[in-house]
Amino acid sequence: MSLESLGWQGLVILVVFGISLLIATYCTYAERVIAAFLQDRVGPDRAGPFGLAQPLADAVKLFTKEEFFPSGANKALFIFGPCLAMITALMSSAVIPFGSFLKFGTTVVHLQGIEINVGMLYVFGIVSLGVYGIMIGGWASNNKFSLLGAIRAASQNISYELAMGLALIAVLMMSGSLSLRDITLQQSVPGEWHFWNIVKQPLGFIIFLVCAFAETNRTPFDLPECETELVAGYHTEYSSMKMGLYLFAEYVNVFVASAVMSVIYFGGFNFPFQYELREWLHTSRGLSLDASQNIIAILGVVTVFAKIFAFIFFFMWVRWTLPRFRYDQLMRLGWTILIPLAIFNILLTGGLITTGIIPEIKQWW
Amino acid sequence: MESLSNRAKKLEKKPMTLAERAYLPAIFQGLSITMQHFFRAATKKQVTIRYPEETRPFSPVFRGLHVLKRDEQGRERCTACGLCAVACPAEAITMVAGERKKGEQNLYREEKYAVSYEINMLRCIFCGLCEEACPKAAIYLQADKMAPPRYERDEFIYGKDRLVEPVSPDARSKRGIQLTPEQAEKLRSQLQSA
Repeated sequence: MSLESLGWQGLVILVVFGISLLIATYCTYAERVIAAFLQDRVGPDRAGPFGLAQPLADAVKLFTKEEFFPSGANKALFIFGPCLAMITALMSSAVIPFGSFLKFGTTVVHLQGIEINVGMLYVFGIVSLGVYGIMIGGWASNNKFSLLGAIRAASQNISYELAMGLALIAVLMMSGSLSLRDITLQQSVPGEWHFWNIVKQPLGFIIFLVCAFAETNRTPFDLPECETELVAGYHTEYSSMKMGLYLFAEYVNVFVASAVMSVIYFGGFNFPFQYELREWLHTSRGLSLDASQNIIAILGVVTVFAKIFAFIFFFMWVRWTLPRFRYDQLMRLGWTILIPLAIFNILLTGGLITTGIIPEIKQWW
Repeated sequence: MESLSNRAKKLEKKPMTLAERAYLPAIFQGLSITMQHFFRAATKKQVTIRYPEETRPFSPVFRGLHVLKRDEQGRERCTACGLCAVACPAEAITMVAGERKKGEQNLYREEKYAVSYEINMLRCIFCGLCEEACPKAAIYLQADKMAPPRYERDEFIYGKDRLVEPVSPDARSKRGIQLTPEQAEKLRSQLQSA
């Protein structure tokens, strides 16, 4: 990799980082507006036009609140907990392919933080690490309710990670690759009628979606942090921006989960007729091959973000529709329904691949 | 026991059907309901009243912010008898009485008047007993104004500067209801003839 393309890649990483933060910031605003609309209300509309400065006001509020340390708390770990939650949430967006590639002369810029051939494993590893942020925060608070909340959160996350992984194994059996870029490219073959993975894996997608809700601690599985009845949970003792980091990490996680779902099941940056469009731009409109590639790459970025926003909206829509699961219902759903279903899905996929109903993937690129 | 309304329904706890146990049909039903509300709120009907730009219509018998009335010739009606302060269950009213001097007949109706008159709006419970107690029909609780929120406690102690009705007939109201232009005109002509 040349120094120039390395510089470009650094820029892409910075942009991805910034975009993750920006989207998480405005998720807080979107959540409140969507909640309001779903309840026939208006939502925040005072700070700035349409209340768009509301996240800034919230940030100022969180920063100026009292920094509180409970007595007997492990101070270092108490600070480390929310930091870890935030770091792990932000790290996973590094491997998401947000676009194919831009080409300027000889420089090729992949619109992805970093391309690794174990992208999916990496995301899983980082998501599992997120439990530490919660667990350390709950334990370091020196409060039995925080600790109980943290244990609740940890056991939920670990239980649902199993079903999530099993749902993904079915996708891996088809794709034969752990790289998120490969999985995206496989979902669209030039000059061929091709479907996104959701068509081949509807059951797997539903399992993954349910588990994503549980992994990001969103309703109906938000027992780790239920505000109303279970004494908040692991962040009971947290105040000011440390509290803000936990809340923020949740939104970053929602963004990452949405991105992973759109990449794995909804074709990522692919959109229908992209290769035909590139061909048409090149031949009929007289653009150079690079320019037409750049145009569809940018359209691809727009596509993937449209898909991500649709998923984020779905997360919020569900939150303001469904009540919370009880803890025993949550565990029953995870262990006795989702995991057997996921195993059944693996068998089904295996059968369909062996009988040739799901065609073999071509490595066309 | 016999139920009074005969509307009691006997419920049996049946085991859930497969569709109920699968959650998904019920979830989609719920999602469609909230989506209908989303579009309704996005297009027209929001229940929110954007106070202070919009206000709810007041009831005509609403008891809001106090006003110290003037008579037809623009003189203060209050004679500082103290009956309102005695009647006040919250002890929100204090006043200092003074004697009217020569040449002040156009300012105060009675020989005795209130030099200062203060109502603490944080103590006031807006019961309207002062209004009932007043023999001079001087104090009223307006039907269209509320004591607005403030930042400091002492800003809630309303003195004569904020309580006494303005002299201009256009700004006057009758029991708190704003006069129509015709009524204001009539009052103005009465004042000029007097």
